[in-house]
Amino acid sequence: MTAALRQLVLRDLRLALRQGADAVMVVMFFVITVSLFPLGIGPELNVLARISAGVIWVTALLATMLSLDRIFQHDYEDGSLELMILAPVPLEAVVLAKVAAHWLVTGLPLIVAAPLLAVLMNMPAEGFATLLVAMLLGTPTSSLIGAVGAALTLGARRGGVLVSLLVLPLYVPLLIFGVAAVDGAITGLGVRPHLLILGAMLAAALPLATWAAAAALRQSQT
Amino acid sequence: MQRFANPTRFMRMANAVLPWCAALTVVLIAAGLYLGLVRSPADYQQGETVRIMYVHVPSAWMALFIYASIAMASATALIWKHPLADLIARASAPVGAGFTLICLITGSLWGKPMWGTWWVWDARLTSVLILFFLYLGYIALNNAFDDPTRGARAAAVLALVGAVNLPIIKFSVDWWNTLHQPASLTRLDAPAIHSSMLWPLLAMAVGFTLFYVTVLIFRLRSEIVAAKIRNLRLVQIGG
Amino acid sequence: MRALCYIGGRFQGEPGIMSQSFSGHDLTCIRGERVVFAGLGFEVAAGGALILTGPNGSGKSSLLRLMAGLLQPEAGEMRRDGADVADDPAVHRSSLHYVGHKDAVKPVLSAAENLAFWAAMRGAAGAIETSLDALGLERLADVPARFLSAGETRRLSLARLVASPAPLWLLDEPTVVLDARAVRLLAGLIARHRAEGGMVVAATHTELGLGDETRLELADFARPHQPALGAAAL
Repeated sequence: MTAALRQLVLRDLRLALRQGADAVMVVMFFVITVSLFPLGIGPELNVLARISAGVIWVTALLATMLSLDRIFQHDYEDGSLELMILAPVPLEAVVLAKVAAHWLVTGLPLIVAAPLLAVLMNMPAEGFATLLVAMLLGTPTSSLIGAVGAALTLGARRGGVLVSLLVLPLYVPLLIFGVAAVDGAITGLGVRPHLLILGAMLAAALPLATWAAAAALRQSQT
Repeated sequence: MQRFANPTRFMRMANAVLPWCAALTVVLIAAGLYLGLVRSPADYQQGETVRIMYVHVPSAWMALFIYASIAMASATALIWKHPLADLIARASAPVGAGFTLICLITGSLWGKPMWGTWWVWDARLTSVLILFFLYLGYIALNNAFDDPTRGARAAAVLALVGAVNLPIIKFSVDWWNTLHQPASLTRLDAPAIHSSMLWPLLAMAVGFTLFYVTVLIFRLRSEIVAAKIRNLRLVQIGG
Repeated sequence: MRALCYIGGRFQGEPGIMSQSFSGHDLTCIRGERVVFAGLGFEVAAGGALILTGPNGSGKSSLLRLMAGLLQPEAGEMRRDGADVADDPAVHRSSLHYVGHKDAVKPVLSAAENLAFWAAMRGAAGAIETSLDALGLERLADVPARFLSAGETRRLSLARLVASPAPLWLLDEPTVVLDARAVRLLAGLIARHRAEGGMVVAATHTELGLGDETRLELADFARPHQPALGAAAL
């Protein structure tokens, strides 16, 4: 079973690599959108520093959301999903493998790009390390929650818009604690509780979101 | 449980209950409004504006209560494949969204005299706003498929995911609010309840619940009739 | 696990392919709000072939998806070697192949990569070249699948049958885009599979020339335009 799942992750990575541009585009969206904020708000450095964590987190969640259709949509359209449901591997494990691949292709590049954007947004240096750790804990959760939304909207009319309607409200706790962690580091009020809660959310999302996404995939076949 | 599975029997029961429900709804809401708007005293701090509470607080309760009902009906539909449970969940959603919207609007109206602004990112209002978004997503997903049973099943999974998330969202919004709480604001708390305020509040809450039941029966009836019409069409095509 | 689930079967031919029986009783299928068929029964013995026939919309694809476990029957049961499929769907799934309308072929992966992935998902390794050979695709192994014709893509999809052995084949219109030579190849594969004790259920309008197949006419079980939702009650 582990061999099968490794093959699944490798295949999704290979597909992302050969279809090119996908991961690059998500990062480009991230960078361009964040750099619009100083243009919209004005270049005062202290204002930018004040909103930097929030802007980076909101944009990272939006970027994740835009890439969600890649998790299941193509496999749903070309019949691969049917075969995965029929494979002698638990569907929950298939979901986990696909989410892992999605995170490697989109979540990880976002984390790599984040420090650059933190510089552009004039984030105080104390916040950098915490931002990375918080995103490391938070982006897998956003991929997991997103997988539920992506699985639920398979075969729906206007699935792309719909998925944002379903997923964004569920991202609220991630956003709050992700930003609170960075602000805590900058103001010196402590980051530990926020990071622990982000970790707890990841631990809770792993079984729950996996179950919900698998249930949604099964009923997408009717 | 199985006794209620049969739509015909359910409809017979529902039709018997309906007039009583509707009548009690009118009586209770009228009594609640009279007690709340005329008989109860004005608040010594907030003055007459406190009376918005008699609509605002019961709507907030209903918003949560109906979401919980949807989640329970969805679990029933997923586990026991009960056709009526799907219909109940589907028919409840717009009513719940309506109460959530009333709660938001009255909250905003209450905020204007108290805070001098229409909207304040108060923890409770913010949580209710996100609950409203959850309702909208649920309704949109339910209607996004050509096959209504498919939409119902997807929406059922979403309702359960939302029900699990709701306490987490509430907790994080409260946390966020304590972090960002500007000291000068009065919290939008219901004032310490005096019995002259409790009775109208209770009458309104029970009245709203019965209103929900009444509307639910109406909507279930029309959903079942709509299914009948679709079925008759199929038979007609079949010749 | 694999050994356990075939205990009741006769061991024949290569390992992994062991004979059993597959039957359905009183099956009802509902799609959307429509009853597709009701009271349907079938039986396939080891080495048997069942051909599903019937006009469009009679539920051939639905029945195959039901057999595969992608759809759940509204009523009735299916049995594998006497045991109710619903009791352990995972064992049933692990011992069948389903080839549907869609080929599940990724255009950016080569033919061999596509096939190797599906074999790995079913826990089988190797035998990719022989499987491509069996469908006449040996020259195309390293060609990205986007350059394959419709018929070649379909053959690549069918090569999954050879790459990872499973006793029950469920084929939905497998011949649709195949040329005469490829149809003969497929017929040969089916014959070999059955000789080893395998079972085949196929929906097809093309004569596969199997000679001794059982036929199931789905129109006999159709409930054209019968409503589903608590139909009797309404």
